[in-house]
Amino acid sequence: MNPAYQPYHPKWHRKRMPIFWWLGKPAYTKFITRELTSLAVGYAVVLLLAEICALARGEAAHARFLRLLAAPPVLAFHLLVCAALLFHSVTWLNLAPKALVLRLGGRRLPDWIVVSGHYLLWLVASGAVVWFLRGGS
Amino acid sequence: MPETTATISLEVLRYRPEEAAEPVWQSYEVPLRRDWMVLDGLNHIKDSLDGSLSYRWACRMGVCGSCGMMVNGKPTLTCATYLAGLGPGPIRVEPLSGFPVIRDLVVDLRDFIDKLKSVKPWLLRGDEKPLADGEYLQTPDELAEYKPYSMCINCMLCYSACPIYALEPEFVGPAAIALAQRYNLDSRDDGAAERLDILSRHDGIWACTFVGECSAVCPKGVDPAAAIQRYKVGATAAWWRSVLMPWGTR
Repeated sequence: MNPAYQPYHPKWHRKRMPIFWWLGKPAYTKFITRELTSLAVGYAVVLLLAEICALARGEAAHARFLRLLAAPPVLAFHLLVCAALLFHSVTWLNLAPKALVLRLGGRRLPDWIVVSGHYLLWLVASGAVVWFLRGGS
Repeated sequence: MPETTATISLEVLRYRPEEAAEPVWQSYEVPLRRDWMVLDGLNHIKDSLDGSLSYRWACRMGVCGSCGMMVNGKPTLTCATYLAGLGPGPIRVEPLSGFPVIRDLVVDLRDFIDKLKSVKPWLLRGDEKPLADGEYLQTPDELAEYKPYSMCINCMLCYSACPIYALEPEFVGPAAIALAQRYNLDSRDDGAAERLDILSRHDGIWACTFVGECSAVCPKGVDPAAAIQRYKVGATAAWWRSVLMPWGTR
């Protein structure tokens, strides 16, 4: 018998959520990875702004910035950032049809059109950034 | 029903507060019949092995939403899950996670019921038309708009799968928001703005971080995750309208 039990005073059992709950299921781990890789997105934005600043300071400053990017440790780190960025972007864009319902002539467009539209926009935006950083050529 | 000699082990997490402060596992051998669901196994325990086992069930046909439990760690409707499909066992049955346990497999529903009521899941009309004007008619397209969300049976599996609800119990939760959306999308309803006031709070739609498991476990394919994300899009659009066109109605 439980000595702490009092008749007519029921005691609900509440289970605490473990700190590493996100390792308990692959879906939870994928979710946390998607959330954490958003840091890579933030980093990529800061890197892009830094390159724009270097460009604004002149050709020599930009050349120095590119030399820094070409250093092997930086390159290795940026490969990791790129992998995280791709994971975040792909998992996020694939979820777009859950949030976005597009209609044409009163009919709802299928999910693949919404996903393809996002990938197309991603491609166009990436192309525009590359075009800009290459000096518009 | 044909006789069978094959059995399967059901390990049930039992909480009897008068006996122990913590739940304990108890193992039972139940007949492994081809047409038996997990719920049939629990009913066999209750009827033939141990009458003290407590759990909820009612319709036995996936409609009432009473028999949701964790089966092998996954939120599951026990009346819709074959024992044979989970072989060779043992099969672990626990109360729905994320909820306080009253006894054995019975969880406290009150928090969910209160949240469900808070989103006003019924038709709200601005003004009623006279009875003589007849019914509120709907086209098949208008029906299709909200019908998927109307399939919710309040089984709470989505709450159990949602880590946010377990971490932040104030979160209104997937089923309540999906049902709010069901009425918002109904052409006969005028209550969207009223519900938005409730759901645009921090513990409403914005608490959801889009894990998506609520939709993965829904036995009726309701997709509450999509309902919440669309609600967020709608709430954001309403906010921008109120900023850019403050003279307009929401």
